[in-house]
Amino acid sequence: MINRYFLLIALSIFFALIMALMPLPFSFEPFRPDWVLLVLMYWSLALPHRLNIGTAWVVGVLIDLASGSPLGVNSLTFSLCIFITASNFQKIRNFSIWQQSLLIGLFLTLYHLVQFWLNHFLLGIYFSPQYLWPVLTGMVSWFWVFLLLRKYRRHFRIR
Amino acid sequence: MKLMFGRTVSLQLRLFVAVLLSVVLIIGDKYTQGGTAVRTSLNTLVTPLIYVANLPYELFSLGAKSLHTRDELLTENEALKKKQLLQSEQLQQYQFLARENQKLRALLGSSAKQSNRKIIAQVLSVHSNPYSHQVVINRGTTDGLSEGQAVIDEMGVVGQLTKVGSTTSRVLLMTDTTHATPVRILRNDVRTVVEGIGKINVVKLSHVPHSLDVRIGDVLVTSGLGGTFPEGYPVAVVTEINRDEGRPFAQVFAEPIAQLDRIRLLVILWRSQQEQINDD
Repeated sequence: MINRYFLLIALSIFFALIMALMPLPFSFEPFRPDWVLLVLMYWSLALPHRLNIGTAWVVGVLIDLASGSPLGVNSLTFSLCIFITASNFQKIRNFSIWQQSLLIGLFLTLYHLVQFWLNHFLLGIYFSPQYLWPVLTGMVSWFWVFLLLRKYRRHFRIR
Repeated sequence: MKLMFGRTVSLQLRLFVAVLLSVVLIIGDKYTQGGTAVRTSLNTLVTPLIYVANLPYELFSLGAKSLHTRDELLTENEALKKKQLLQSEQLQQYQFLARENQKLRALLGSSAKQSNRKIIAQVLSVHSNPYSHQVVINRGTTDGLSEGQAVIDEMGVVGQLTKVGSTTSRVLLMTDTTHATPVRILRNDVRTVVEGIGKINVVKLSHVPHSLDVRIGDVLVTSGLGGTFPEGYPVAVVTEINRDEGRPFAQVFAEPIAQLDRIRLLVILWRSQQEQINDD
């Protein structure tokens, strides 16, 4: 039955990848939440024995390739974030969804700052506060991602 | 439940390995040449994802097309016909001029210009890294593309190819911070370099001495130096000059001629074959 769990989790990550790559109207582009990272974080909190740093690294490389960023940037930042959630999953799981969303905001800030920092060295860009909009939209999206994926997990009995 | 005791490798070790591999990737990506088989196959790996992500946009535009009214289509057709008439008139002149130019060049004994191979590509609308300016197109190594080819649209220079896959590739726009275009000023043939500063409608002329003869409204065209862009394609129009003597260089900004935020169809140029000497 391992195969079935694997396929179901992979399917959710695939949808997250599609949503991360789908075009948005130009004015909404800076607000796009980091769908893939949110989904990975959910699975690493719910099933840390199925999904942790290794998967996050592979998915990070995929995102790097598909979005054309310097190879290795997203894999590094994803691994870092999933390390934090996977090593504290017992604590974070017991928080209410509001508290979780605040924590997720903290992790997303870390993700974006590290990513900016790496891109600063690799591409020579400069900081603008609008790079942090996805943190806020990601915090709001967490409610939806969490509730949806919990329903998904319970319905298909992914363990 | 095997949550507590089933773990074989500690998380710290996993993180260490992941970070190490990422650093290897980052360094490998930065310091190796593109266009190798490994790179191409890696870029090909995510092609299905890109095409699936592009699907909703294609469906929407298909729906929008089929909802056009007859009147709209007729007026559009009329406008296009007029435009084509005007352009074909210019084309007749162009052919005459090109022949004349070739004859004159032959008289001077200088090298003849060859027309390059070119191909039309469509921009796939997928999200890209927010820190850089690039678009994905629906052509790749199967169409014979390779890294570093020049990309233009109907107005002017767009950028150059990077990260080529088998059926998709990326175009680095000329406004990206890592892109520079060798240009000359059309009015007086002064050579300079235009570099991106990360804004979609502004580029900057680099290292311009205060004494350089440049005016607002000057058109910059590719100079053909550097070998990536063929000579003579329009790049940008000078919009702002700041001659502050306190600075080592004058600050000159220009606006790209191609409308980089709404490109849809692009033309990819091949590098010119080595220019032949015309002996007769």
